[in-house]
Amino acid sequence: MEKQRVVFNNKVLPYMLLAPQVAITLVFFIWPASQSLFLSVLQQDPFGLSSTFVWFDNFSTIFTDEIYRKSLGTTAIFSLLVTLASMSVALLLAVLANRVLFTGRVYKTLIIWPYAVATMVAGVLWYFLFNPTAGIISHLLKSMNYDWNHGLYEGQAFFLVVFASVWRQVSYNFIFFLAGLQSIPPSLIEASAIDGASPFRRFWTIVFPLLSPTSFFLIVVNVVYAFFDTFGVVDAITGGGPNHATDIMVFKVYHDGFKGLDYGGSAAQSVILMGVVILLTIIQFRYIERKVHY
Amino acid sequence: MANATIENVKKSFGDVEVLHGISCDIRDGEFIVILGPSGCGKSTLLRLIAGLEKITSGTIKIEERVVNDLEPADRDIAMVFQNYALYPHMTVFNNMAYGLKIRKMTKEEIRNRVHKAAEILELSELLNRKPRQLSGGQRQRVAMGRCIVREPKLFLFDEPLSNLDAKLRVQMRLEIRRLHQSLNITSIYVTHDQVEAMTLADRLIVMDKGFAGQIGTPLEVYEKPANKFVAGFIGSPAMNFFDAEMAGDGKSIRLSSGEGLQLSGEGVTETAEKTVTVGIRPEHFVICDENKAQIHLRTDLVEKLGADTLVHGYFKDNGDALTLRLNGIQHFDRNNLLPMWVAPENVHVFNQQSGDRLN
Ligand SMILES: Nc1ncnc2c1ncn2[C@@H]1O[C@H](COP(=O)(O)OP(=O)(O)O)[C@@H](O)[C@H]1O
Ligand SMILES: [Mg+2]
Repeated sequence: MEKQRVVFNNKVLPYMLLAPQVAITLVFFIWPASQSLFLSVLQQDPFGLSSTFVWFDNFSTIFTDEIYRKSLGTTAIFSLLVTLASMSVALLLAVLANRVLFTGRVYKTLIIWPYAVATMVAGVLWYFLFNPTAGIISHLLKSMNYDWNHGLYEGQAFFLVVFASVWRQVSYNFIFFLAGLQSIPPSLIEASAIDGASPFRRFWTIVFPLLSPTSFFLIVVNVVYAFFDTFGVVDAITGGGPNHATDIMVFKVYHDGFKGLDYGGSAAQSVILMGVVILLTIIQFRYIERKVHY
Repeated sequence: MANATIENVKKSFGDVEVLHGISCDIRDGEFIVILGPSGCGKSTLLRLIAGLEKITSGTIKIEERVVNDLEPADRDIAMVFQNYALYPHMTVFNNMAYGLKIRKMTKEEIRNRVHKAAEILELSELLNRKPRQLSGGQRQRVAMGRCIVREPKLFLFDEPLSNLDAKLRVQMRLEIRRLHQSLNITSIYVTHDQVEAMTLADRLIVMDKGFAGQIGTPLEVYEKPANKFVAGFIGSPAMNFFDAEMAGDGKSIRLSSGEGLQLSGEGVTETAEKTVTVGIRPEHFVICDENKAQIHLRTDLVEKLGADTLVHGYFKDNGDALTLRLNGIQHFDRNNLLPMWVAPENVHVFNQQSGDRLN
C-alpha cells in the first residue's frame, strides 16, 4: 500500500496541534518539577509564614538521616523485586496463554482484570485479605500455625507490599508479552524445532531474544511503576511501617511533606527521586537498548 | 540420503479433512515436486512429513523407519520455509551453525561445515551479517545453507522461491537443481508454479483438493494426464476442453459441428456412442492444407507474443472456444476459417462425469 501523506500548508496548524500536549506537560510536569526544585533549597519557618534560602542544607540533612538511607535501600530492593517478579510471572503466564490461544479467552480476560483496579484499591484489597484480625488469608496462615502480622513483622510487611504491587502490574506486562510472543513468526519456532532444539532451548535461544525489545520497554515502564505508582499500595497496606520497613522513597516524600509538613526536606527528597529515575532511564536507554535491536 | 514412503496419509483439522489419503514411494536421491493450486493441501502434506503436524491416519516412513510419532528433531530432516524463517537476531554464521551446536559438534567441525556450505552458496563474504542486512536472494541462500550443513536424510522445501522476483526465481531454480545434482539428497519441494515443477522434478505429485491427482515424471504428466484436473492444470495456456461424441468403435470422436478426430491406441469402447470430454493442448493444433483438414477454426483475436502467437477462435459452426499456440509471429485476419489437423496421440479423452482419462 502506498503511504498517504496529507499536506497542510498552514504554518500555524502544527503549533495548534501540539499546543494541548505542551500545555499538559507544562502544567502537570514542568511546573510542579520546578516548584520542587525551588522548594528544595528553601526552609520554612515552623508556622509556614516565611521561608529562607538555605542552599543545599535540606539535601545534607537528608543524607545524614538514618531513616532516609534505609529508605534508599528499601526502594532499591523493592523496585528490583517488583520489576523482576512482575515481569517473570507475566512472561510465564503469557507463554502459557500463547500456547492455548484459541481456548484461552477466559484465562486472558482474568489475567488482564487486575490492571483495571486502581493501585489504591489493589492495596486495600490485599490489606483486607491479609488483615491480621479479619483477613481470610491471615486466618488460613494462622490455622497452619504461621503467625501473620504485617503490622508487626518487617519482612511480612515488605513481602505484602511487593506482592500487591506485583499482582497489579503482572496484567500490564502480560498484555505486552503476549503481544510480543504473538508477533514472533511460528515458522521460527518450527525451524528451531527441526534444527533439533528442545522446547526449553527454543525458548531461550529464539523466543526470549526476540522478545527483548518488549522486555526492554517493560523494564523502563516497570521501574517507573515501582518508583512512583506503588505509592497507593504502600499507603493503603502499611503506611510505610513497621519501623520504616516499607518506607519507599515516593511514600516518604509524601509522608514527610504532607504529614510531617517538612516542605523543604520533602522537596529535596523528590528532587533526588526524580534524579534517580532519570539516571536509571538514561542507563537503560544507553546500555540495554543497544543490545535489544536485531 | 534416504528413501521415504507415504502410505494412505490423511489429515483432518477438527472435522475438516484436508488430505484424503495420499500415497507415494520416494526413492533415494529423488527430487519430488508437489504441485497444486493454493489451498489444496501441499504445505500440510510437507508439514506432516516434517513432523510439524500430527497425521490423522496412515504411515510415513523415512528409510524404512516409521516416523509417525517422532518429533521433527528426531526425523533427521531439514526444511526451507516460504518466509525463510531465519533467526533475525543471529548472524548468518550462527543461523547456519545453530542446528550443529545443538547436535554438540566440535567448534572446528561446525566451522568447516558452515564455511563449506557458504562457499557452495557464495555466502562466504556475508557470514557476519544479520538477516536484515541481506537481499531476498541472499536470505534464500542462507535458508538453504542452514539445511545443507546439517546433511539431513531429507530436504523439504515449501514454496522457497515464491517471495523472489521473476528473474531471481529463474536463477535460484537452476541453483537448486545444481545443488541437488551435486549433493543428491532426497528432496520434496512444494510449489504452485508449474514451470518450477516441470524443470525441477524427477517426479511430480499433482494435488487437487487433498487428493493426489497424478504421480509421475513431468513428461508423463504432460503427455498422459490422468484426469481432467491435471490436464487443465499443467500447460500454459491451459488445455482446450470440449464435449464430443465417441464413435461406436471407440477409435474416433465426432464434434457437434460434424467434424471428427482420430484417437490413438486400442480405442475406448466403454463409452462408445456416449458424450465424452475431449482435451487438446493449444500447441498441438497443426495448420494444414484444406484437403488434409480434420477440423476448422473460425479465428477471433490473435495475440502475438514474439516467440509464439496465440490464436483465439471457435469451432467451425458451433460455439466452443479454442486457443491455439503457433510458433513465431503469424498473421491471421479475424473471422477466417483455418483448416487444422491434430495428431491422434495428442487427443485426450476424459470421462464426462468423473473427469478420469479414458484413452
Ligand atoms: N492449522 C490449520 N487449521 C485448520 N485448517 C488448516 C490448517 N492448516 C491448513 N489448513 C487448511 O488446510 C487446507 C490446505 O492448506 P495448505 O496445506 O496450507 O494448502 P497449500 O499449501 O496447498 O496452499 C486449507 O484449506 C487450509 O485452510
Ligand atoms: Mg502452502
